[in-house]
Amino acid sequence: MTIAEFGLLNLWVSGLLLVLSVVVLSLIYLERKVLGRLQMRLGPMRVGPYGTLQTIADAIKLITKEDIQPEWADKRVYWVAPVLVFIPAFMVWIAIPFSSRVVVQDLDLGLFYVMAFLVLSIVGLVMAGWGSANKYAVIGGLRAAGQLVSYEIPVIMVVAGIAIFTQSLNLSYIVDQQSSVPFIIVLPLGLFLFFVAGLAELGRTPFDIYEAESEVVGGPFVEYSGAHWAVFFLAEYVSTFAIAALTALLFLGGWGWSASIQDWVGHPVGSEAIAFFEMFIKTYLVVLVIFWIRGTFPRFRIDQLMALGWKVMVPLSFVFVLLVAFATFYAWPWWVLSITNVLVLGIMGWYYYKRMHQDPAPFSIVLHSARKVRDAR
Amino acid sequence: MNQESSLVEMMINMGPQHPSTHGVFRMVLKIDGERIVDVEPHIGYLHRGSEKLSESETYSQVVTLFDRLDYVSNFNNELVFCMAVEKLMSVDVPERAQYLRIILCELNRIASHLLFYGTYGLDAGAITPIMYSFRERERIQNLFESVTGARMMHNFIRIGGLKEDVPTDFNHRVGELLVKLSIAIDECDTLLSQNEIFLSRTKGVGVIGAEEALAIGMTGPPLRASGVVEDVRATDPYQLYDRFDFGIPVGTNGDAWDRYYVPMEEMRQAIVIIEQALEQIESGPVIAQLRRIIRPPQGAVFAHAENPRGDLGVYLVSDGTNKPYRVKVRPPSFCNLQALKTLLRGTYLADAVIILGSLDIILGEVDR
Repeated sequence: MTIAEFGLLNLWVSGLLLVLSVVVLSLIYLERKVLGRLQMRLGPMRVGPYGTLQTIADAIKLITKEDIQPEWADKRVYWVAPVLVFIPAFMVWIAIPFSSRVVVQDLDLGLFYVMAFLVLSIVGLVMAGWGSANKYAVIGGLRAAGQLVSYEIPVIMVVAGIAIFTQSLNLSYIVDQQSSVPFIIVLPLGLFLFFVAGLAELGRTPFDIYEAESEVVGGPFVEYSGAHWAVFFLAEYVSTFAIAALTALLFLGGWGWSASIQDWVGHPVGSEAIAFFEMFIKTYLVVLVIFWIRGTFPRFRIDQLMALGWKVMVPLSFVFVLLVAFATFYAWPWWVLSITNVLVLGIMGWYYYKRMHQDPAPFSIVLHSARKVRDAR
Repeated sequence: MNQESSLVEMMINMGPQHPSTHGVFRMVLKIDGERIVDVEPHIGYLHRGSEKLSESETYSQVVTLFDRLDYVSNFNNELVFCMAVEKLMSVDVPERAQYLRIILCELNRIASHLLFYGTYGLDAGAITPIMYSFRERERIQNLFESVTGARMMHNFIRIGGLKEDVPTDFNHRVGELLVKLSIAIDECDTLLSQNEIFLSRTKGVGVIGAEEALAIGMTGPPLRASGVVEDVRATDPYQLYDRFDFGIPVGTNGDAWDRYYVPMEEMRQAIVIIEQALEQIESGPVIAQLRRIIRPPQGAVFAHAENPRGDLGVYLVSDGTNKPYRVKVRPPSFCNLQALKTLLRGTYLADAVIILGSLDIILGEVDR
């Protein structure tokens, strides 16, 4: 690597950091606004026009805030944990392309690299939980460990299925493979598994068990304040954005749908911009779905989460890989895979719906007439 | 950490500063991983000595103290104390006053249950229900404000009747409010009640049988959820409740979901009661002619009423002066809370929040 290349890489990375910070600020603003609309309120309105500067004000407040460290904290672990959560979340973005050129490093092992780094934040969470010298934090950290490790499997299995199907781990190549039919149609089961397990990986509703506000009061983050807490927060949103981008890349066809417009524009910068724009819109749509879920669902209990993970998600992901492997080996046309995917999804969905509505009956309230009760006495 | 406890068990303080203990309530949980081995509830953080304080206030001043017991259902509390004094003095409360009391109390019941609905959603991790329920609660409170001048702590129900008559457009406004409320209650119901995750969190969690619930002394929605048909409004009617026909929702499983849904259904029944009251109400005086200084005769009396949280009882002893000799309050939340220890043992940490939430306690009333 020459000095020039090294310099260029540095420029890319620092640019990425800057862009990601802006993205996170926009995501936080968007989340508060979307949640506000879902809850029939306005969301932030005071700072800046329509509250657009609210997140910046919050960031300034967080950075200037005193960093409090619990007296009994394991100091080194306590300080290192936020960094260990943030670095992997950031590193993931090195390999995520937003168009065929807008990417720091278009790695041939991109998908593998992304998955490898997504797992790492567990270490930071457990360390944060342990280092805080707080029982809620310890419980939260252990919950995080259990949750993230169990849901890693379905995510990786789905990714393996896609790797088998496309014969590649290069994200740009996977996007190119979807130019005719996006994988949301070919592999709906994969999308379901990836998205649900991805939500659990992120620790977002309904899987926000390790930071459950009403139970463990923020879990591993309970003792953090100021800039260190902000780093956790940043990491959470960076990862959310990464999962959304991966969903868009792996299943929604990335930047491939606007290929004809890109060709029509012809100009290299122009067509790249259109590709980027398409990818950008898709990622934000996935993010919006995540926020929508947050506004709607209650939270699972940890044992239910584990049951869902090991009894539903993991077996289903194996079925998925098997299906894809057979399809690839025998060169089935894509619609066979699509139909089998829908079938598996439907059967499993129906089975679990039935099981949940089995016993006790969902409606168990009987109305007694007050007049009759009165007369009986 | 306690030296005797084993290595796997951990003591954890839930409260008094914890987002889901519904006030300053503290539970010392002994947990083994996620399992609760033992629980020791600590109350008293909000003790204000209301009962003792009542002895140094005149009868009409005590009403304000009752406002502050269960601070989300003020009318119901005021009513019970006023009923006790009226019983002691054998006052005939004008019918219009009684109807208005019922309307206000039932509206307050809806407001209180809406609060429960919202906070229970928060306990379960759903953040939106509270916004829906508080929008409706706001409407009710606006009505209260226009009637009494206060959003809470109204001090509107007086011994012998009401402070003053309601505004002229009261009936019309209540009618409009009821239409909005019945839509909103259905909306809230759709949002949370049959959600799969919510069902799996609450169904079969914290089951208490009818006999045990009665033995503990539970009343109100938690008792009815266990299958006991017990509602003071029907079993020992006070005011004009014997003129109304309404449904008493009773659960069959006695689990957290039943305890959640009984209040939901009660809100609908409260609307039924208010509609009947609006039909029957006639104009007339709203307060009985009483002497300015209230001096009940010597004696003791017990009055109770169905509050949103259960059976609120007041035992009042008078020595013939203008101040009560003794006021004993039987708060429903306090008695319902006694089930906590039995319910929590052996459940998960996350269930602790769900079960405590389903008992719907108000610490102002528990600690008095």
